[in-house]
Amino acid sequence: MSFQPFDTPKAWDIAVAGLIKENPTLKMILGCCPTLAVTTAVGNGLGMGLATTAVLMCSNMAISLLRGVIPEKVRIPSYIIIIAGFVTVVMYVLKAWLPELDKALGIYIPLIVANCILLARAEMFAAKYKPFPSLLDGLFMGLGFTLALFTISTVREILGSGTWFGLVLTKNLWAPAVLMILPPGGFLAFGLVITGMNKLTNGKIATPMCATCSPERCAP
Amino acid sequence: MMANIVQQIVITLLTAILVENLVLSKFLGMCPFLGVTQKTSTAAGMGLAVTFVVVVTAGLAWILNYTLLVPNHMEYLQTMTYILIIAALVQFVETVVRKFIPPLYKALGIYLPLITTNCAVLGVPLLNTAKNYDLLMSLVYSFGAGAGFTLALILFSGVRERMDKADIPATLRGIPSALFAATLVSMSFFGFQGLFAS
Repeated sequence: MSFQPFDTPKAWDIAVAGLIKENPTLKMILGCCPTLAVTTAVGNGLGMGLATTAVLMCSNMAISLLRGVIPEKVRIPSYIIIIAGFVTVVMYVLKAWLPELDKALGIYIPLIVANCILLARAEMFAAKYKPFPSLLDGLFMGLGFTLALFTISTVREILGSGTWFGLVLTKNLWAPAVLMILPPGGFLAFGLVITGMNKLTNGKIATPMCATCSPERCAP
Repeated sequence: MMANIVQQIVITLLTAILVENLVLSKFLGMCPFLGVTQKTSTAAGMGLAVTFVVVVTAGLAWILNYTLLVPNHMEYLQTMTYILIIAALVQFVETVVRKFIPPLYKALGIYLPLITTNCAVLGVPLLNTAKNYDLLMSLVYSFGAGAGFTLALILFSGVRERMDKADIPATLRGIPSALFAATLVSMSFFGFQGLFAS
């Protein structure tokens, strides 16, 4: 974390951290499941990113407001319940107003609960800072995630179905490589985009930082 | 009748392990797939812990869903109920195993807390619900999913142990090269698509 705890970080720093420097997907390698699973089309990737952003903003705000109330020992279950509440709200909003997107994303919408980004931001940011910076952090981390999903799904949709947002691009140029919209293509596109990000940001190697997923961080 | 059920169990099991492999075709449990596959022994430990928790969670989730939530029209609490079951169960299993089976705790202990926010563990009960499985089929599918997860982790850790010794360009070292290797492993599993004409 590049901020000192308990002072108020500047909005600009939060934005740069969320979008580029600490991009949750491309730099911290958090939330890989939706990144690989729903990026077969740009519309799905964008929808997933924005749904997660909405949950992240709400949960960060709520957790920040409750940061003096939640006891240290039960904080993880408490965060998960708060997150699950907002995910349920977003899920039913999508069901009501965007039923097609809801159908395309399927079980990956309720699975936002288990997205490491939400718990990581709760632990690393919302539990330490005031509500407004936490809200901003949620917004920009969410947008960073959306940006990554947008990039990966652009690569996959153009190469895999020859379209972009459903717009036909490569009709007579070449036959689309269907592999790219199948599961192996997800790994390939994600690998390519991370490589590009590494190359652009002075070749710094991305390390797995999943706060809840690597035993080295949990083992005493 | 009996043969029918056995046949259904075998097909569900093989589907869960090979055709709909949790990691390689559903992308659930990516974090442990990338995070704990440096060594085969840790991969196997993580796989066993997940299999155990997934089967018990799926059973409990099915029972609660069809005896409590559905009759009372409270399906909107599904996600929250499932994640609560997982959080409570993981804590419970950790305590019980530590008290009564110390060797098992030594082997699986450090993986248990990590499982709470593992999308594989939440994903399997959600898939069972989406597929409208009965209790037996839920348990069979969950076991298959866990076994498939373990298989993918162990296979992939073998690949990564070999890759450690390879001379990889600096930009690709770590996660990107692991993802490219995963592409190939996933492609090989893709061959199982269409194994059953269902």
